[in-house]
Amino acid sequence: MSQLQPAAVKDGKTAGKKIVNEFCMTFSTINGSGSATANTILLRSLFRMGIPVSGKNIFPSNIQGLPTWYSIRLSKKGYLARVEKDDIVVAMNPATISTELDFMVPGAVLFYADDIKVDLPREDIVAYPMPVRKLIKEAEVQPNLRDYVANMVYVGIVAQMVGIDMNVIYGTLDHHFKGKKKAVDSNWAIIQSAAKWAQENLEKRDRYFVEKMPPLKDVIMVDGNTASALGSIYGGVQFTAWYPITPASSLAETTIEYLPELRTDPATGKATYAVVQAEDELAAIGMAVGAGWAGLRSMTSTSGPGISLMGEYLGLAYYAEVPVVVWDVQRVGPSTGLPTRTAQGDLTQIHFLSHGDTQFVILLPGDAKECFEFGWKAFDIAERLQTPVFILTDLDLGMNTHMVKRFDYPDRPMDRGKVLWEEDIQKLVDEGKAWGRYLDMDGDGIPYRTIPGNRNVHAAYFTRGTGHDEMARYTEDQHSWENGLNRLKKKLEGNKQLYPKPVVEKMAKAKFAIIGYGSTGPAIQEARDLLAEKGIPTDFLRIRSLPFSDDICDMLHAYDRIYVVEMNRDGQMRQLLAMNYSDCGAKLHQVSHTDGMPLSAEWIFNTILALEEEK
Amino acid sequence: MATQTAVNLAGLTRNDYKGAPSTLCQGCGHNSISSQIVAALYELNIVPENVVKFSGIGCSSKSPTYFLNRSFGFNGLHGRMAALATGAMFGDVTLKAIGVSGDGDTASIGMGGFKHMVRRNVPMVYIVENNGVYGLTKGQFSATAEKGLELKRQGRNVFGPVDICMEALASSATFVARSFAGDPKQVKEILKAAFSHNGIAVIDIISPCVTFHNKEDSFHSYTWGKAHESPLHDISYVAPRDEIYIEDYEEGTTQEVTLHDGATLVLKKLEKEYDPCNIYDAYRVIEEAERNHWLLTGIFYIETEAPTLFDSHNLVETPLNRLKPEELRPAAETLDKLMANFAQ
Repeated sequence: MSQLQPAAVKDGKTAGKKIVNEFCMTFSTINGSGSATANTILLRSLFRMGIPVSGKNIFPSNIQGLPTWYSIRLSKKGYLARVEKDDIVVAMNPATISTELDFMVPGAVLFYADDIKVDLPREDIVAYPMPVRKLIKEAEVQPNLRDYVANMVYVGIVAQMVGIDMNVIYGTLDHHFKGKKKAVDSNWAIIQSAAKWAQENLEKRDRYFVEKMPPLKDVIMVDGNTASALGSIYGGVQFTAWYPITPASSLAETTIEYLPELRTDPATGKATYAVVQAEDELAAIGMAVGAGWAGLRSMTSTSGPGISLMGEYLGLAYYAEVPVVVWDVQRVGPSTGLPTRTAQGDLTQIHFLSHGDTQFVILLPGDAKECFEFGWKAFDIAERLQTPVFILTDLDLGMNTHMVKRFDYPDRPMDRGKVLWEEDIQKLVDEGKAWGRYLDMDGDGIPYRTIPGNRNVHAAYFTRGTGHDEMARYTEDQHSWENGLNRLKKKLEGNKQLYPKPVVEKMAKAKFAIIGYGSTGPAIQEARDLLAEKGIPTDFLRIRSLPFSDDICDMLHAYDRIYVVEMNRDGQMRQLLAMNYSDCGAKLHQVSHTDGMPLSAEWIFNTILALEEEK
Repeated sequence: MATQTAVNLAGLTRNDYKGAPSTLCQGCGHNSISSQIVAALYELNIVPENVVKFSGIGCSSKSPTYFLNRSFGFNGLHGRMAALATGAMFGDVTLKAIGVSGDGDTASIGMGGFKHMVRRNVPMVYIVENNGVYGLTKGQFSATAEKGLELKRQGRNVFGPVDICMEALASSATFVARSFAGDPKQVKEILKAAFSHNGIAVIDIISPCVTFHNKEDSFHSYTWGKAHESPLHDISYVAPRDEIYIEDYEEGTTQEVTLHDGATLVLKKLEKEYDPCNIYDAYRVIEEAERNHWLLTGIFYIETEAPTLFDSHNLVETPLNRLKPEELRPAAETLDKLMANFAQ
């Protein structure tokens, strides 16, 4: 039945050893049963106790009825990546209990709702029943709310059994329900009675404990989509057009949530922004490009299928030189794929999006803090370069709650780029200088633009996706076309100082380098520690933007072997690196995997170790 | 003595409203419409810098280059003018927008976007230069081609036409009109009324394609149109400052509609009674015209008080694209407050 051997627990030493703040708990529930509140309460309570935690929601593409899992990893060492095995499972869903057992480590703990028939095939598991129905019945909860508060039973029992501070639980509950007394009280009553029941009826037979740690300094808990939304707002977003799609919807929705508070003119109560829910992604990007052209800090947020639809307009924006910011919260494709699972499969599609020769700027935030930072920086880059800028996150980074350092307020003024208003144009005219919308006046490939609403008689020009010359006139002249296209390349490749540089982390006497990007950082870092314990020190290069920084070239040449770790089938970052640095192709090794789950350190460690042994 | 060039109340000559020379075919209906756009805006004294032009892709969509050189313009994607204009207008809502699309651009590839723009009541003059045929790709049927139409190399059209006015009406349009490029006077008066309307003004203009679809007996031809055009009413646009004076004025024969900017639309009754403020009448006459194969022109429907897309956004007075960085980036203390909350 199980591939795990119960031997370990029989070993007295292992069985007796207390495990404190270094384990993973998974809550198995039914989608739509309101377990998110219970899980959030536990996650935040652990965080408030100073314990580094991460929460990962594995949920189905379904509103109600299908199984869903939520894993909380506690790590006093600060490892926040996904782990593949569970130490504690809380089973509320009879349909999945046998699956759960397959993932439990020796000595693991099973809390189960006592109406689930558990035929425990493993002797190495400590099982505790939870009288969920009985406790709810006693609590006299309204029948329609029973399912929702049922999850509070496990909050109380687990808190009691592993030692989560009940005062902290209460504080978190109060915070979660924003002090709404009725909600706080009814949930708290269940939690308390469940904890009391556990205290009186369960004898602790397992090894798992939580203990308070020193307070985490300057650390917050936030999901990536909230960070992205706030980054956009602090970047001065003025226009957002979007179309609902998992896992990107909450990015736009959070923007809508915070904009009224942060961006209403205090004197008049009027808005300095607009958000439009479009009829589809074709329209969302059309509106965003229109607004960017009209001088607004404009963005849209979507996922892979939306990007597919947006391709044509983004090609136009690239060629007509319109600034716009596009967030792609990646999910598993091709096609509808696994809409509620994570991946990094849109990299090559986006870099070369649309027909003809294009190369788009892509920013790759590695955590929620960088989602915020790149959120505001993206507008500066887009407006400076007059081009679409993509920010790629993924479902894991975007929708899950992460512990990160608090966001820093933008450290520089906004860069609105080369914009000519009435007096600027007039000055050029008076000085007898020629201005053309696509004229490279400074030699950096970046022309000056005017914006509709500029009333100077010399300001207007006609924007088009058809061939145009430096003065924005329609032309099919072959030299004009080629010069224009080459200038676009020069513009994007000659101003690389604008893009976030890679982050390099070194170990003494590194044997090879690992390249990664985006949400896989924590797993790679942990894998590097595992490798180092094996006597294999490594260096780590985290790529944060495309086109590639020049540092990457030097880095590639400094190693004999480089493993490129990513969450896709084809090793898309490796493909791009090998294409850009063809002389390094042979030493770039693909370490990629996509099954919809965030990468684990264990998988990266094992895969790289195996490749090292093969060499 | 040198002839003094005529200027309008904005102090501009007709020349100030002109565009680049047209590259469309000689005799194309679209060129006639471009001329009427120039004439209408000149007569309305609207400064070109206060206008933004949009289009999609196709012969019709080329035409914004042929008028208003001094206005910004964006020739977008095939069928995607609606979204582009919707977003762009947020930049400065004091600008007036004019969009030129075609029957392929609006009624085929861009139908969804068109209907949603109409539904949102984006203030814009939305012209469909409707010729029933794809010109730039050399003569394929469009979605507005009449059933039974035969074209060289295309054979016979077996599908009924999409009626742009009906689609607009069904999407809650607040101004719906049909005209004929061969009736420039009416085109101009409808355009003027449309520019005075605060909301989407859909004008379906039958605009013959002289190269691919101008057979004497076909609905979209000059000959057929000239012989069969049946106006609902005689339209006179009276600017806000002008006194209403209509020739042959007879009690009970005209209807006046006050437009958003104070202008008045005077509609002189022709053969039948028609009230363009009654949506039931609008549906009825469009359906009748369709069934009887009439080229019925005029303002089918107008609703002057409906809120626009921008009304629902409660925007600051200053155009959004003129806001200063300090008005766009929230203060540092607000972030501290958020961070304190996230640290809980």
